[in-house]
Amino acid sequence: MGVILFELALTSYFAATIVSITELFKSSKITSKITIIFAGIGFIIHTASIVYRYLAAGHIPVTNPHEATSFFSWCIVLIFFILEFRYKISLLPSFIMPIVFVLMLSSSMLPREIKPLSPVLQSYWLGIHAVFAFLGNAAFAMAFGIGLMYLVQEHYVKSKRLGGLFERLASLQTLDEINYKLITFGFPLLTLAIITGALWAESAWGSYWNWDPREVWSLITWFIYAIVLHARLVAGWRGRRAAILSIIGFLTILIAFFGIKLLEKGLHVFP
Amino acid sequence: MKVFVIGLNHKTADVDVREKFAFNGPKLEEGLAAFKEIPEVQEAVILSTCNRVELYANVRDVDKAAESIKAFLSAFHNIDRRSLDNALYIYDDINAVRHVFRVASSLDSMIIGEPQILGQLKDAFELALEKKATGFLLNKLLKKAISVAKRIRTETKIAENAVSISFAAVELAKKIFTDLSKRTFMLLGAGEMAELAAKHLISNGVKEVMVSNRTYERASELAKEFGGRPVRFEEFIQEMIRTDILICSTGAPTYVLTKNEMQKVMKDRKQKQVFIIDISVPRNIEPGINDLDNVYLYNIDDLQGVVDANLFERQKEAENAEKIIEEEISAFLRWQASLDSVPTIKALREKAEEIKKEEIEKLLNRISGIGEKDKEAIEYMATAIVNKLIHPPTVALKDGSEDKDSMVAIIRKLYGIDSEKIEEK
Repeated sequence: MGVILFELALTSYFAATIVSITELFKSSKITSKITIIFAGIGFIIHTASIVYRYLAAGHIPVTNPHEATSFFSWCIVLIFFILEFRYKISLLPSFIMPIVFVLMLSSSMLPREIKPLSPVLQSYWLGIHAVFAFLGNAAFAMAFGIGLMYLVQEHYVKSKRLGGLFERLASLQTLDEINYKLITFGFPLLTLAIITGALWAESAWGSYWNWDPREVWSLITWFIYAIVLHARLVAGWRGRRAAILSIIGFLTILIAFFGIKLLEKGLHVFP
Repeated sequence: MKVFVIGLNHKTADVDVREKFAFNGPKLEEGLAAFKEIPEVQEAVILSTCNRVELYANVRDVDKAAESIKAFLSAFHNIDRRSLDNALYIYDDINAVRHVFRVASSLDSMIIGEPQILGQLKDAFELALEKKATGFLLNKLLKKAISVAKRIRTETKIAENAVSISFAAVELAKKIFTDLSKRTFMLLGAGEMAELAAKHLISNGVKEVMVSNRTYERASELAKEFGGRPVRFEEFIQEMIRTDILICSTGAPTYVLTKNEMQKVMKDRKQKQVFIIDISVPRNIEPGINDLDNVYLYNIDDLQGVVDANLFERQKEAENAEKIIEEEISAFLRWQASLDSVPTIKALREKAEEIKKEEIEKLLNRISGIGEKDKEAIEYMATAIVNKLIHPPTVALKDGSEDKDSMVAIIRKLYGIDSEKIEEK
């Protein structure tokens, strides 16, 4: 049952991705509606699959790489729908759905069995820490997509060749402001995730900070977004620079998320 | 019954010729009345704009009609026949339908996709309706032409991108800023094109308007005109800190705003986006300013480049529009063919049969206890009544008298057998 739900969600996201990519080449009201419908169906099924797994395991399903990646994708789609209802940014699905699909695909290739929880993870910190971390990172993923859109649109305006997606992409100011909003939303969550992580570490290993690679990379990410916000408020770094920084920030997150697991043997049990 | 078009446009006649042919002001009503009076012309519409003069008619004999309309034009406008023949084009039937559809859809316009022509055509049609100069054929044709034009407008991108400098400037501003009504605008200098662009921008709603000029008096004058505030020329750079959109068109031989100056301005305005349009020749804004972050500088050539690219796009879209037109032409011709007497007789007969059948069924359902013979008698009587009733119109239709077209129209109307009804206004 859980497997079927997950596969169905993956399939819906795949359909949404394909339709959203065709939209880049040929626009029509119907295709953008179909994209939203597929993404919506995917999201509902995906929610069901997470709830199912929660009930099966008895805890929030983020304790192995498969679950964590799936939950991360779910958070991204959640924020996508919030943005979709609030701002309706045209072409946003074309930039976000492929990311969601790739994450879900990698999740599908990771081992799925539910193993007994290691004692370290058996803590009320698990849910709190994970929700902060994933929601924050999902906001940054969204800022990444919006940042890409900004760079594309700015390229058109600066180069004075207004073809391609120029007509359909939102205005530079809109993209820049939404990028900023997403980062101001994600940053406090990331901060809380690091703080709750430290408290948890203290209760589990007796020390707040262990220089575990995951901790270090999270700190690096935190500094990057701190720079984005600081530079914007003090020096007025906006537009292209903000967009580039939000792209770099998200790449750091991906390294922290996937890269380390392949290299390290740290204390931080997945995720 | 044939659609007939005679006319001239910017491609076949220069402006001095078009002027002579134009039906301006009171001449239009006068001309329409006289045009309708021509015996060969059964229905009449006159479209007269600065780029074209066209007469639409429903005629029976194309050659005869062409002769008399030419004679009418030559007499009405006092033009000799030779220059008339050189400028005029004539279309009939399918080609005439195609022409009217293309005109309405702005495929025949000087700038493809321009929106005015459709309004002008609607006005021409409305006047003709008011003067009762049209009938079922031209009514159908023009209504169809208007709906075809609308269809093309929504289904193709023929009217999508700006094809004038000032429109292109506003379009760009909208892709840089979220909401123009929260932005501050400054006009620096003066000049026809700059003022036009300024007007266009202001009509899209900006929060605040400033006008600066070398002579302060001129700035005050223009500021009054645009509902803005005058700014001394020496202070304009200072005001750039608050300006989001600048249109510049001064006669200065050098740059009035350099990259260094702009860099300082950007620092003071915390890097908020600025859109600068430099219409002046020689240029007044240092081109390197475009390399600064969050500054978007367009000069006159850049804007012209945008316009040219958009025109090219429209040309490509026009091909799709032509396909739609071909579709619609065949639909129109099918409708027209159905107006012939033979299909009308057939339709009339079918309608009568249908009514007969329905009524017999109703009757037989109500009364019971009658034999087969009675049934036959009832059916026989119904058939006789129907046949007697539709006999005279059938004969009239078969007769082929010279008023056949209007006869068809009247009969179709009286018996309600027109599926696509011609709704009179």
